Amino acid sequence: MEHAAGDRFEFLSGNEALAQGAYEAGLKVACAYPGTPSSEILEFLSRFKEVDSQWSVNEKVAFEVALAASIAGVRSLYASKQVGLNVAMDPLMTSAYTGVGAGFVVVSCDDPGIHSSQNEQDTRLFAKVAKVPLLEPSSPSEAKEFIQQAFQISEAFDTPVIVRMTTRISHTKENVAVGHRTECAVKEFKTDIAKYVMVPRNAYRKHIELEKKLIKLQAFSEKTSLNKVEPGTKSLGFLTAGVAYLYAKEMYPQASFLKLGMSFPFPEKKARGFAKKVKRLFVVEELEPFLEEQLSMRGIRAKAKHPSFRVGELRPEFLPQIVAGRPKGKELPASRKPVMCPGCLHRSVFWVLKKLKMTVTGDIGCYTLGALSPLESLHTCVCMGAGVTFFEGFRRAGLKNVVGVIGDSTFVHSGITGLVNLAYNKTKGVLIILDNGTTAMTGSQPHPAVGLTLGGEPTRQLDLKEVCLACGADNVDIIDPYDVRRAEALIRERMQQDALSVIIARSACRLLDRARAAIPVWRKENCKKCYLCLGIDCPAIRKTEEGLVAIDSAVCTGCNLCVEVCAFGALLKNEES
Amino acid sequence: MKNLETVNILFCGIGGQGVLKAAEVCGLAAMRQGYHVKKTEVHGMAQRGGSVESHIRFGSRVWSALIPQGKADYLVSFYPQEYERLKGFLKKRGISFMEELSQARILVKDPRYINTFLLGALSAHLSLTEDNWMAALETAFAGKGLQENRHAFLLGREGLK
Repeated sequence: MEHAAGDRFEFLSGNEALAQGAYEAGLKVACAYPGTPSSEILEFLSRFKEVDSQWSVNEKVAFEVALAASIAGVRSLYASKQVGLNVAMDPLMTSAYTGVGAGFVVVSCDDPGIHSSQNEQDTRLFAKVAKVPLLEPSSPSEAKEFIQQAFQISEAFDTPVIVRMTTRISHTKENVAVGHRTECAVKEFKTDIAKYVMVPRNAYRKHIELEKKLIKLQAFSEKTSLNKVEPGTKSLGFLTAGVAYLYAKEMYPQASFLKLGMSFPFPEKKARGFAKKVKRLFVVEELEPFLEEQLSMRGIRAKAKHPSFRVGELRPEFLPQIVAGRPKGKELPASRKPVMCPGCLHRSVFWVLKKLKMTVTGDIGCYTLGALSPLESLHTCVCMGAGVTFFEGFRRAGLKNVVGVIGDSTFVHSGITGLVNLAYNKTKGVLIILDNGTTAMTGSQPHPAVGLTLGGEPTRQLDLKEVCLACGADNVDIIDPYDVRRAEALIRERMQQDALSVIIARSACRLLDRARAAIPVWRKENCKKCYLCLGIDCPAIRKTEEGLVAIDSAVCTGCNLCVEVCAFGALLKNEES
Repeated sequence: MKNLETVNILFCGIGGQGVLKAAEVCGLAAMRQGYHVKKTEVHGMAQRGGSVESHIRFGSRVWSALIPQGKADYLVSFYPQEYERLKGFLKKRGISFMEELSQARILVKDPRYINTFLLGALSAHLSLTEDNWMAALETAFAGKGLQENRHAFLLGREGLK
């Protein structure tokens, strides 16, 4: 690695490096909704007072606020995980037409291998669909460098620029050279109806302009140093981008490389020239055959990975298999399943729903873990907000014993419109909001119903009960989820009524509230060894080698759910507490 | 960057055992020593009590952040089943720390410091200076259990001498 003298190095993740780079580039407004692996970008930016950073209600809102800030004259940034960009697709598509004011960068973090997502989509395809340029860094250092170039490209070509990250860049740390911020002059907003009002006549003209812009961007892609040839042995060449470049470099350091930092618009001439220079050309990329198709549609011959490699994360040791044209070999042994924290409120709610033999339409968050064995009490999970709308669809199809569940952050993100739809279309039944007062799965970020901003400042708190009533719920109950008897009785009661009921099961996330009560007492003489208590899947309770029940005092929070579950009085509440 | 063939260390365990923290300290110490360091892991759902692994590589120039299978010089596991799952990463005659893990469970009273004990045991095999390790511990545990972690680290480091 070569850097100018006087550089200070920090050990930064890809997300942190990208945020640092955006800060140094004079970023003024940054918006996002948290989502793994993207969340740390805004968390890192929030430390800089020169940047107005926010958690937005959802990705569509985040995108629009950031785009508008750019149009109004300051450098802005949007960040989300790959599926978050789906939510922001509507403004993304038309922002390619309007263009920008000051630089506007769209950061999308893909999750190859589906470590923490609901699908494995490849953001690169979106760049082509939206007709906006795409940068693909390979490492944290490049994330920092590329984001700065992305702002320049955005301004030079009057377009949003997508920077595509992946888990192995976002969550990899390395030595990153840290510099100083350069302020950018605010570009004065000038009324320009033909540019910013996308009515049919204007949009049609803008589409013509966009096609011309893409030709100019392609010419730029041919000459930019983002797309560079690294000469090596002539017998073997790789055309590659992102982390795939590093894996190929790791395994075949002597080979020739065409490393694409800007993979859309595709640098056709550069690729053709490179292909001529090497005897065997391989295209290596993670997930979709994006580069492969760019080559094949232009008749540039290259060997590509076996289609089995379109699924899952690429790993360095896969390279020899790819070069040999073989399908993917055996995968790594399955990792240990995740589990809800000890004392988590969701466990209590799912226990009640399991007992009531409910069909549960679910949503995205820690509570999605309710689907795993042995609880198995969450039965659908597709996307943010679908816990509410799937509930309606199930009801419309005639299912009776069904409830919807959704987390507090997810409800604010995209559950509210679903609830309005339920009320508007006269749906009856029970919707449960699992309210742990945070966005837990992605790292405990606040949201409107918490009453704190990204920077931790108090703000107007959204009242979930009032919102639900205003949306048209007939009644809203707030319950203590640990009082499982009352919860069960209330769900039964509400299920029988001809009403649209919302139950808010509210208690603090155990990652935020570490308070503990005395741990339950196990009475050996009462235990029938039915192990029903193990069915709640609590990390604090286990069966010993002798077949006894043991509670781990270091882990147990004293929630007493196991006491409720035990039918024989073998687990008792510790009355000393 | 200083000249050194890449050193590959795989840390593994389960959520809450301090796998990521141990890897962070190791990365910081290697960076202080002037090496190019890469460290990779996954967050989010995987962290909820599930398997956690962190790959650390350092040397003159590191390409892939992931250690290729069969190339790890050291496998530091805080959980026996995770060692079983990932032992395929270890190279021939690579070093694992399973004896030290058993030792740690006896010597280290508070399970929160088992990670730094094993880190100490690992440190005895590496060329990084004690000063750099101490500085890395200071950065990683600023104001939070620094004394205890230092103690556990030195206990692990001396255990093998």
